Amino acid sequence: MRTLPRWILLPAGLGALLVVLPLAAMALRVEWSDFWALITSESSLAALRLSLQTSLTSAAACVLLGVPMALLLARTDGRGMSLVRSLVLIPLVLPPVVGGIALLYTFGRQGLLGRHLEVLGVQIAFSTTAVVLAQTFVALPFLVLSLEGALRTAGTRYERAAASLGARPSRVLTHVTLPLVLPALLSGTVLSFARALGEFGATITFAGSLQGTTRTLPLEIYLQRESDPEAAVALSFVLMLVAVAVIALAHRRRSA
Amino acid sequence: MKTLLRSAAAAAAIALTAAACGSGGPAEDPAAAPVTLHVFAAASLQEPFEELGEQFESEHEGVTVEFSFAGSSTLVEQIQQGAPADVFASADTKNMDKLTDAGLDAADPVDFTTNTLRIAVPAGNPAGVTDLASLTGDLNLVVCAPEVPCGAATGTVEEAAGLEFAPVSEEQSVTDVLNKVTSGEADAGLVYVTDVEKAGDAVEGIDFPEAQEAVNTYPITTVDGAANPELGQEFVDLVTGEEGQEVLAGYGFGGA
Repeated sequence: MRTLPRWILLPAGLGALLVVLPLAAMALRVEWSDFWALITSESSLAALRLSLQTSLTSAAACVLLGVPMALLLARTDGRGMSLVRSLVLIPLVLPPVVGGIALLYTFGRQGLLGRHLEVLGVQIAFSTTAVVLAQTFVALPFLVLSLEGALRTAGTRYERAAASLGARPSRVLTHVTLPLVLPALLSGTVLSFARALGEFGATITFAGSLQGTTRTLPLEIYLQRESDPEAAVALSFVLMLVAVAVIALAHRRRSA
Repeated sequence: MKTLLRSAAAAAAIALTAAACGSGGPAEDPAAAPVTLHVFAAASLQEPFEELGEQFESEHEGVTVEFSFAGSSTLVEQIQQGAPADVFASADTKNMDKLTDAGLDAADPVDFTTNTLRIAVPAGNPAGVTDLASLTGDLNLVVCAPEVPCGAATGTVEEAAGLEFAPVSEEQSVTDVLNKVTSGEADAGLVYVTDVEKAGDAVEGIDFPEAQEAVNTYPITTVDGAANPELGQEFVDLVTGEEGQEVLAGYGFGGA
């Protein structure tokens, strides 16, 4: 702190205000007298339940697919790999609506894969599966990115030592590599869960919106804004609380 | 007229400070002083209003009509929060009532057109939809959520026909419903007549008698405290006049 120039306090403070002020303004708009009734209405609870359920599934899918991806990206080098890395991280910079359109042309009824799935009697659009797909699509890079960084920082010293002592690759992975990066894995999982929870654009474009099936909390908030702005504000506040809890959790894991 | 010219000159001075400075003060000919008229209109009005806007511009030298097309409830909220609107055209009376209840209307709203529902199916009608009753069969039906105007209209025709739909998705806006139909994800959707016209060859429209039970009325008014009240009223007159009605009819809108 001593080495920092004092003037940076001004832009830093302004930046913090830009983030905190709108949240505070929203919290001030919450109708506390009706708060409980608003967030426990049938549609709100259905949206909350669906959101938690799909986000947890998506976070699990991110771990299942993202850990091997991060391992490959961190432990293999070469020109091709940087291209692969850019491709994998695309959902991070892509507007989610674009992701939704891309998913539609892949898994929609007339999409690249969806066309064949339709013949088999499997329909993804308008189902909860579509929500999970959309959420996983946007959340995956968060896990891959944080885990890959941790893997590179950890290095391969211990892995080589374990291998030289006769441990098989799978045993090295489960007993050396993964325990070393466990904090990053946990915070990456929490982050991808949070990203899935907030997913809106890809879901509304690709999955549709039906209570209990595809209408997650962000979609419910957007819809309630049309007819019942108070309910929208109350639900936004709930989502904000969840976000704060998630960040606190991820931060504690990281610093632990 | 004098106040109009004065406000026009003021607007010109603000909008084109740089240009005005270059030429040594406000424009010489006040009639040609640039003015921007802000028209906030329901999304479904985009095509006819853009056409009328061009006509208005050609009849009023130096006037630029700038449109903001969005859902009526979004527009009302923006106007309530101080967005600079001269004219507001709503897709339903409910949202216009919100504006008048807030005392933001400068003149009594005038009903200027109507819109009714029509069944939209993808080109070729893959699910063989014939009438409203056939929408209850085993097909992917997409409708508007009851919270938005087109969803309320859907509920009305549903009741009038004594049917109960089981949609796979209840969308946020009529455009979202149309997109699901044009992309072939949905076998049928309930949209406005004007949406079917707009979609061209991608969809086919099927009329049904129960649509007359839910005629949607569009009111228009000038906004209180607007920068160009006289010019705004002239635009309203154009829309409600013979020319405006002709243009609207060309896009499938009904008479008020």
